[in-house]
Amino acid sequence: MSFNVVTQTLLEGFLTTFLIFAVTLVLAIPFGLIISFGSMSRFRPLRWLTKTFVWAIRGTPLMLQIIIVFYGPGLIWGWTAFPRLEAVLIAFVINYAAYFSEIFRSGIESVPRGQYEAGQVLGMTKSQIFFKVILLQVIKRIVPPMSNEIITLVKDTSLARVIAVREIIMQAEDYIRSAAIIWPLFYSGAFYLLFCGILTLLFGYLERRLSYFKV
Amino acid sequence: MSFLEVNNLRKSFGASLVLENISFSLAKGESLAIIGSSGSGKTTLLRCLNFLEIPDSGTISINGETLFDGDNPSPLTDNEIRKRRLHLGLVFQSFNLFPQYTALKNVTLACELLAREKPDYKENRKAIIAAIEKNARSLMDQVGLSNKLDFYPHQLSGGQQQRVAIARALALNPDILCFDEPTSALDPELTGEVLRVIRSLADQKTTMVIVTHEMQFAREVSDKVLFMDNGTVAEYGSPEEIFANPREERTKQFLERYSG
Repeated sequence: MSFNVVTQTLLEGFLTTFLIFAVTLVLAIPFGLIISFGSMSRFRPLRWLTKTFVWAIRGTPLMLQIIIVFYGPGLIWGWTAFPRLEAVLIAFVINYAAYFSEIFRSGIESVPRGQYEAGQVLGMTKSQIFFKVILLQVIKRIVPPMSNEIITLVKDTSLARVIAVREIIMQAEDYIRSAAIIWPLFYSGAFYLLFCGILTLLFGYLERRLSYFKV
Repeated sequence: MSFLEVNNLRKSFGASLVLENISFSLAKGESLAIIGSSGSGKTTLLRCLNFLEIPDSGTISINGETLFDGDNPSPLTDNEIRKRRLHLGLVFQSFNLFPQYTALKNVTLACELLAREKPDYKENRKAIIAAIEKNARSLMDQVGLSNKLDFYPHQLSGGQQQRVAIARALALNPDILCFDEPTSALDPELTGEVLRVIRSLADQKTTMVIVTHEMQFAREVSDKVLFMDNGTVAEYGSPEEIFANPREERTKQFLERYSG
């Protein structure tokens, strides 16, 4: 089996890997922000509800959640199942939104009360205080934990194979059966390494860009 | 005629009564020092004046305009509170500068945001922004920091940060400038530079309310002194009356402890 053909096949798989990664990232951030507002709400039932949700999502394996999203609706309500890739995306977005929401919550809560009060006594509106004073401080604080989580996401995408979504690991594994070779599986690691390397550089750059001030 | 009038102010947090029957008045251009031991309600009083806490009852008025009336039960909207706050400025014990902005930007930011509400903002944007910056530069000069305009808060000493905070509060041109223990978070060698700035403001007849533990400073700079004890006004008078001839036993005891 030629190296070029394997590379070609793995790249196809990596496209799916990247798709899961990108969609999850783009949707889980706003969704996570909404959940974090829920978990900081002054309305107790809402706070309780979001905390229970986050507990359930963080308390069970992502692999199980993918299986539940794919098979659950059919078994429980007799619905037609989501297409495989959609099921994976739904599970990933929900799972990562829960984790992100906790990062956002800790970031927002770690900004000292005095920053809000300084904005208030200077006659700023609530939205001016949030966007002009608080937000950048929150972003600076959450860049390190978010980079960690996002790099974990890259590798978690391999869980999609549990419902036969052809991401890179599954593509590589197929060679064991079809050609009795295992090196493509090892080779797939290089794709992850390269991608995570790029992300690491990106986050490093972001951290440096925000290092002009201290919080 | 008095400029600031506080009548029968009362504030409780849950079951604990923090302020009770607080009344005093202050003339324009005068500075008031509020002294008293920790937990006597000084800071809460200052926070009530700045609407960071809403009193339970009582009234606050400045220059004849009632800012707060506890008997008028209609709740204030956020926007009304915001407008009324602008009568007062507040300098915090912990500075609370915005870390992501330079010293100059800390001074101009609130003014720039406020200027957007002016009807002629769109046409005269450039001129308005330039005027704000010019004013901020002169304020930074006034607090002795014209060479630190582009420094970020973390690059400044505590005393310098507090002086930026004073310039920031002055930029909005408040009727009354309040200080909440402005030197308590500073090393002793840095308190002098901040007190000098406040003293010069007093010389320029800025109306000020200063919560402080610096007794010598309070005595020298203030026109009126208010001694608080247990959430009430224990004694109110000129610095000579309070420091040289205190009438109340608890004032005497407090001053003795402080003169050490």
